[in-house]
Amino acid sequence: MSSTPPAPADVPVDGVLAPPEEQAPLEREDPLAPLTEYRLDPARPLRASGHLRRRQLVSRTMDALQSASALIAVSVLAFVVYSVVSHGASILSISFLTKGPPLIETEPGGGIAPMIVGTATLVAIAAAISAPIGILAALYMTEFAGRRSARLVRLALDLLYGVPTIVTGLFIFALLVAGKSQMGFAGAVGLAIIMLPLIARATQEALVLVPRDLRQAVEALGVGRWRAVRGVVLPSALGGILTATVLSIARAAGETAPLLFASSVFSNGVSMNIFGEATPNLTVYIYKASEGANRFGWARAWGAALALLGFILVVNIAIRAFDARRRARLLG
Amino acid sequence: MLERAVQQVPARRVAASRSGAFARSADRIGDAVLQALCVIAALLAILLLAAIVYEVVGSASSAIGRYGLGFLFHRAWKPNFEVFGAAVALFGTVVTSLAALLIAVPLGVAIALFLSTLAPGRVRSVIGPLVEMLAAIPSVILGFWGILVLAPLLPAHVEPFLHGVFGFLPIFGAPEQSGASVLNAVLILTIMVLPIIASISRDLFLTVPRELTDGARALGSTRWEVVRGVVLPSTASGIIAASFLGLGRALGEAIAVAQTIGAGKAISASFFATGNTAASLIAQQYFGATDRMQVSALFYLAVILLVIGLVANLAAQAIARRFDVHVALAR
Repeated sequence: MSSTPPAPADVPVDGVLAPPEEQAPLEREDPLAPLTEYRLDPARPLRASGHLRRRQLVSRTMDALQSASALIAVSVLAFVVYSVVSHGASILSISFLTKGPPLIETEPGGGIAPMIVGTATLVAIAAAISAPIGILAALYMTEFAGRRSARLVRLALDLLYGVPTIVTGLFIFALLVAGKSQMGFAGAVGLAIIMLPLIARATQEALVLVPRDLRQAVEALGVGRWRAVRGVVLPSALGGILTATVLSIARAAGETAPLLFASSVFSNGVSMNIFGEATPNLTVYIYKASEGANRFGWARAWGAALALLGFILVVNIAIRAFDARRRARLLG
Repeated sequence: MLERAVQQVPARRVAASRSGAFARSADRIGDAVLQALCVIAALLAILLLAAIVYEVVGSASSAIGRYGLGFLFHRAWKPNFEVFGAAVALFGTVVTSLAALLIAVPLGVAIALFLSTLAPGRVRSVIGPLVEMLAAIPSVILGFWGILVLAPLLPAHVEPFLHGVFGFLPIFGAPEQSGASVLNAVLILTIMVLPIIASISRDLFLTVPRELTDGARALGSTRWEVVRGVVLPSTASGIIAASFLGLGRALGEAIAVAQTIGAGKAISASFFATGNTAASLIAQQYFGATDRMQVSALFYLAVILLVIGLVANLAAQAIARRFDVHVALAR
């Protein structure tokens, strides 16, 4: 077997190989003649040149742009978090977290305790409404529904997710507030509407992940479906359901738009009368401060932002760590 | 069937302990109750969507009846005179959302490429969650940051530079005094949309079969040629779907835009001027809306938002389903 060098014209020849003018012409009179004219110059340096060099340059530029984009995103996050922490830390103290704001908004001092209590109350009510409905709807999709009805419910949930939050706010206003006074409960229902698709879809994904042989083993035992759900399906999806619920709680705590028309005209004290009056809350408090031009209000709002963002970021990080461990266990 | 057969055997019936029979009937009741509860919950989700549409359209009906489609093209919004037109707000909605997408899509795709193909594992596991963290920042905090931190920076540093370099474009007009501007809102919206597009695109890129990219590399492609020739074409539909999800988010964002856009009343070509969007116009009037017609006009705006929002969402899902890509809800 005589060694035949590779056909020169088919592969892109740049750089390492001899420059084109030195190469064999494409059409040869005798196609069977050995390609002796095609030479590899061993003395040439192994550096890309010409066309290949340009291609590599383009590729490296794109790599650099991609890294720069990631850097931009991370620095924006760092900038926002830094601003909130640096402004918020100067006002944050025990008394800031345990006192109410001053009677006159333009005065310094005071705290945000009623807003913290209010946000916690609203979110707790919203979770109590949306979690059972969301989990049951997810169970319906995975355990009871046929293909078509499951798809219909999923579509409805996805569309609910797509409803702008300000529209949810107006809906709640029309449903529960218009003609009456604002009330915290209406705001909580608004938050629940936002949480519902998040919980339902994430729970559905967790339920689908329940191992098939586990389900079949339960069915083989002949127990009722609700026993199977209660004893096997829900416990093995519990991690996923908890993750979904907690994440949606963090999301709801940061929502403003659903509360704007339902729970925004509030006094400065702690209010537990959720059916009679607006419940003070952190997000609307920050929103109002940003609409005003009062530096003491801004200072308190920075403190409120730090408290809220701290809660949300801590929850997110904790859930992420928990979720990674859970997934690792689930996948063996 | 089996159950009935068992019950028909007398000996078996006698042998069945009392608690066993009780457990079986409890089973049957439990099954029925659970199924009923699940059906009710699922129906509730569907009914809720229907109720939102019904209630919002119903509350808007008097404004729809009075102003008709002219509402969309009329520019003035004067509650005291019962003159309502959404043209300024709708123009602002379209401009801010598209501009935000124009920045966020290339940036998000680039971040996704970095995370899925370029970054080593350890860097990826740090940067990825950080980018997703951006989505966790509440919009009201982002808007607050936009108006108090970003707003002073823009007229002082960014606007003169953009005007100097791209001043021939009318969108980069003369720098303004106030930092509350369309540009500010666009930047805030970009920050909100970016993590959605980045995380969905990253998940898409990770689904590109290894053989394809390896094959392209083996044929001598550079890294970018693999991206351009294999990765992007095979995921393009998913990226478009993600962009539609981002668009829906940007169109409907009320709070952060209301804080940063400056509640302008006129259509201006310059990004440095104030403006308004439909969603933020609703948010700005939360306490002043006492007049019935004004409230109805706000609901008319909400109807428009609802339609655009649902269409964007449906489009994203249709694209995703058609090309069999899974577009998860961005968390």
